[in-house]
Amino acid sequence: MGYDTLIIGAGMSGLAAGIRLAQFDRRVLIVERHSLWGGLNSFYKLKGRIFDSGLHALTNYVRKGTPGVPLTRILRQLRIGYDELELGAQGHSEIRFDGRRLEFTNDPEVFFAEIAREFPREIDGFRRLVAELPGYDAVLERGEGSARAELARYLGDPELIESLMLPLCIYGSAREDDLDWDQFVILFRAIFLEGFSRPEGGIKALLELLLRRYKKVGGELRMNCGVERILVRDGAAVGVRLTSGEEILAERVFSSAGHAETLRLVDGDDARLSAHRRAAEANLGQLSFLESISVLDVQPADLGFDATVSFFNHGNSFRYRRPDAGIDVQSGVVCSPNNFARKTPLSDGFVRITALANHAVWTSLPEHEYRARKESAADRMLESAALAIPALARVREHTVFRDTFTPRTIQHYTGHLGGAVYGSPRKQRDGSSGIARLSLVGTDQGMLGIVGAMLSGITIANHQALMEVSR
Amino acid sequence: MTQDEVIIAIKDIIAQIAPDEDLSQLQPDLRLREQIELDSMDFLDIVMELRKLYGVQVPEKDYTELATLAGCVKYLHPLLEKKQLHCAQSA
Repeated sequence: MGYDTLIIGAGMSGLAAGIRLAQFDRRVLIVERHSLWGGLNSFYKLKGRIFDSGLHALTNYVRKGTPGVPLTRILRQLRIGYDELELGAQGHSEIRFDGRRLEFTNDPEVFFAEIAREFPREIDGFRRLVAELPGYDAVLERGEGSARAELARYLGDPELIESLMLPLCIYGSAREDDLDWDQFVILFRAIFLEGFSRPEGGIKALLELLLRRYKKVGGELRMNCGVERILVRDGAAVGVRLTSGEEILAERVFSSAGHAETLRLVDGDDARLSAHRRAAEANLGQLSFLESISVLDVQPADLGFDATVSFFNHGNSFRYRRPDAGIDVQSGVVCSPNNFARKTPLSDGFVRITALANHAVWTSLPEHEYRARKESAADRMLESAALAIPALARVREHTVFRDTFTPRTIQHYTGHLGGAVYGSPRKQRDGSSGIARLSLVGTDQGMLGIVGAMLSGITIANHQALMEVSR
Repeated sequence: MTQDEVIIAIKDIIAQIAPDEDLSQLQPDLRLREQIELDSMDFLDIVMELRKLYGVQVPEKDYTELATLAGCVKYLHPLLEKKQLHCAQSA
């Protein structure tokens, strides 16, 4: 007997969709080609330590029971208790832009005060921007548009506009040198009006929580299980063929592989499918990152780095596009999991530094050069970050171990072509792939970050599967 | 199920979906959304639970009938009359 829904990918979106469906007695199977779940937001073990990959912090932090916001909605939809997440809130984060510093915390008033101090002539415009900012639901109906253009209606100083674009682009724009207005609104709320936190046990604990819930409601999961083909009959998806040759039938297929990536898996080559493929391939994401994680023999705060997340940019304009070289260290983001509130302090110090990188450069390197280039790129990122953030000057001498991953690694684990962390700049809000009974969840559906990914899985499960019977 | 039992069944489902809400003071003729925090996603869950627990199908166009407790009784009682009350909490 076939499945109600087969889901490709055991990342945040696939697991959330799976929980929704299995919770209402749908027969669901998630297939994951790797031996670890999580996709982009995952973890790995090296030398006895656990490293988080993917997002640095959970955005959308709110206190327990806050009504009408994404975190509360997700927990309710997945029937996970707020306390089960064991969230530790950030202390403070900062934007260091061309010598200026703007601090923000989980209290938006702090950010208002900082903007009033650094940009006194802009604070009224900024307050008006916040007051008129659409709600989460309203913005999705307004669609795309340029965030830079919208911001110019409220703010006059380009440096403030750039300072706001820096963290929001790095934490979620699939579009070069801009951000879709709807994504801007979502990220602005998620980061500046709600805030950052981290589960005590990191991304691993969050994934385990989702997995336990998924299994408890009867969901099935198969690891090390790659999909070779999405099977189509009469123009509609009917299941998949695995790389092992086994065929599994399902009423519908959800794919978190990305839009173009999913269409490459679809069986057949008729004109309609080819047209969808061409459109998706023409909109591949270009933005990827290089990240290094340094393990220190001290707590980062002991070196003076007490920010949870620090975004930096040298110079008065922010370049958010695929660099021609391997990496672009003009901007970046530094994050320490030690600098969230914790019940038990982490014994090691961790500093993560991330900067824009070019996928093609990293995949064309021969193996022996790849390793050396990775190390020198990580060195350059640290040097650049330390110029903007003086407290990082002594990170190098306290580093006992460092791991670096590149766009090549990201493509391997996410399956996103080009290592595109935020997927295609053209999102499919309704999950439509172009093929009947095949829906997109996750990055290319359009909601980003850990909370966004879960919301993506929930939304598509609700609209494409659960509400179908009641229509 | 009696009409009172329909109310018990609905409250039990809401308690599953929104465990932090106080349901003891719910007024039958006021909209549920005005008394407790419920959004459209939650209403979908109420409908899904009705289907799962009692095999009752509520089409999307009828969701508005469930806006108040009194509305739930009026709409659901004919459908649940011959069913046995069993609570989601214990199911």
